[in-house]
Amino acid sequence: MKPNILKFIPVLALSLVFAGCASTGDKTAEGEGAPVTEAGQGAAWEGGAQVAGASEGGAWSGSALDNPDSPLYSKVIYFDFDSSQVRADYVDVVAAHGDYLAADPSVTVTIEGHTDERGSREYNIALGERRANAVKRLLMAQGTAESQIVTISYGEERPVDPGLHETAWEQNRRAELIY
Amino acid sequence: MFSLFLPTSFRPPARESGIIRPMTYVHTMNRVLLVIILACWHLYAAAALTIEITEGAEGALPVAVVPFGWQGQGAPPKQDMAEIIRSDLQRSGRFNTMPAGDMLARPQSGSEVEFRDWKVLGMENLVVGNLRPNGSGGYLVRFQLFDVFKGEQLAGYSIPTTERNLRATAHHIADIVYEKLTGQRGAFATRIAYVTSINNAGGEPRIALKVADADGYDAQTIVTSKEPLMSPSWSPDGRKLAYVSFENGKPGVYIQEVFTGRRQKVAAYKGINGAPAWSPDGRKLALTLSKDGNPEIYVLTLSRKSLKRLTNHYSIDTEPAWSPDGRNIIFTSDRGGKPQVYQVPSAGGKVKRLTYEGSYNARASYSSDGELVAMVTRQGRDFRVGVLDLESGGLQVLSEGHLDESPSFAPNGSMVIYATKVNGKGELAAVSVDGRVRQRLALQEGDVREPVWSPYTQTNRRNP
Repeated sequence: MKPNILKFIPVLALSLVFAGCASTGDKTAEGEGAPVTEAGQGAAWEGGAQVAGASEGGAWSGSALDNPDSPLYSKVIYFDFDSSQVRADYVDVVAAHGDYLAADPSVTVTIEGHTDERGSREYNIALGERRANAVKRLLMAQGTAESQIVTISYGEERPVDPGLHETAWEQNRRAELIY
Repeated sequence: MFSLFLPTSFRPPARESGIIRPMTYVHTMNRVLLVIILACWHLYAAAALTIEITEGAEGALPVAVVPFGWQGQGAPPKQDMAEIIRSDLQRSGRFNTMPAGDMLARPQSGSEVEFRDWKVLGMENLVVGNLRPNGSGGYLVRFQLFDVFKGEQLAGYSIPTTERNLRATAHHIADIVYEKLTGQRGAFATRIAYVTSINNAGGEPRIALKVADADGYDAQTIVTSKEPLMSPSWSPDGRKLAYVSFENGKPGVYIQEVFTGRRQKVAAYKGINGAPAWSPDGRKLALTLSKDGNPEIYVLTLSRKSLKRLTNHYSIDTEPAWSPDGRNIIFTSDRGGKPQVYQVPSAGGKVKRLTYEGSYNARASYSSDGELVAMVTRQGRDFRVGVLDLESGGLQVLSEGHLDESPSFAPNGSMVIYATKVNGKGELAAVSVDGRVRQRLALQEGDVREPVWSPYTQTNRRNP
């Protein structure tokens, strides 16, 4: 990773701007590379690639929701099989969204609940709703008003990865925050 | 849709010489695994049917269905009636049918039958028949069923039909043969509804609700959508389907007339509107709504549009199904921690748990006699189709896939149709209720799922 350390510089700068926001928003433990790579693509050193908002002296010009270094950048919360409990590693992400929504009551969000393909379809619709509601409750605990939140469950009807193996199913057991 | 049966035993046509083919019939009664791939569908190349007999055909009745003769001018109709009948009988698991290529003779009517030929081959029963033109675009199909060892005719009918209804007529003949030989009503002339999803590369998915013959042929699309379609449920008269559609970005329960396409929205509350299930009298719909906070079972009286809540629990309650007498509703609940099947009186009352075995039992439905309940059951890492005997409490696992779901009984209880995955793609499969014969209905139209077998309809005339 050392040769790539330069890529982290704009990211680190952004971290200072959004001080206090821990980078817990990544999908998986080893997935830290994903947002960093995206930031890198926008960095001037890459040559050829157009410069994104990150280059303006380190100040993020767009919405915090689109800032790869903000916990708000993560809008997908993953779940264990047949579980609707928000895992500890996603609590900070959901809390950040709750703070964000609470700070601006004019913003609304739709929470989509999804499941993997195992088991029966209508039970999965119910399970997906329960996941969406678990996220909704956490948002409300941060002060988000119920009127800002719409929930819908798609159960197993909209998998991200149609593969029939655990790595695909992990991707499909999720709640998505859609602003 | 289908014309009347005329139960008149017909006069044999002028004698013609039977086609004799010098072939040896290979005795195949004790095959442990017999896989017949019926690849000769010239007209309906879009579908193919694979029959897999998973155990020895011991106890299966040997029957020969002789290719039907053509007694008209010009080319015969393209439908191979005998092959449709043979395939129906074979996939029921109750019969061991003889390949046409192994037949020593091909009589087209009773007067041409030499019973000795068939006795030698061990064929206890024989079906012969023929077609002739009958008015413009019409045909008269005549067939006879014989008990070879007694040398007796068991059934003989003349059936007027049309080009379009030849497949349906063949299924009706299979129903007659099935009932004469097993004493149980046939269900070959019934239909199935199911959902398909086609994901065009880069494009939006195209989801469709379809209706087809019970063998997967003659599929017709009744709804298409870019949003999910789910949970089709037949009305008891087989004329309507209730289903869930996410059109407009929200789930709603709709009732659609299958033949006219007319439809109405019957539930569009906040939250889940799902799992519709028709009462046996056709007046009510059980369904799942989460409008009061979490998924509960409700009964909607269709004429009054009134709702009655049946369950009241903070856990998931969904997937209601009525008992054939209409008194009880079974449903899936995880009130015990894991999804299991429970029962509640349809008029309201105390909830009783039905399944205890395993960590996941869901989507239960009754057989028409009310003695068996089919469900999705988790077996280790796999989800399979199981059948619970309500009297003994025993659960028999009927399928062998990894992700089998949505089991639905044939109206005569002889088979269960379900959804399975083959090479990552959703397909339909059916299994005889004894688990002995499994078949795949390989419909080449994307991902296929959620099959539901129709009840008998008015066009499924009770056989004599």
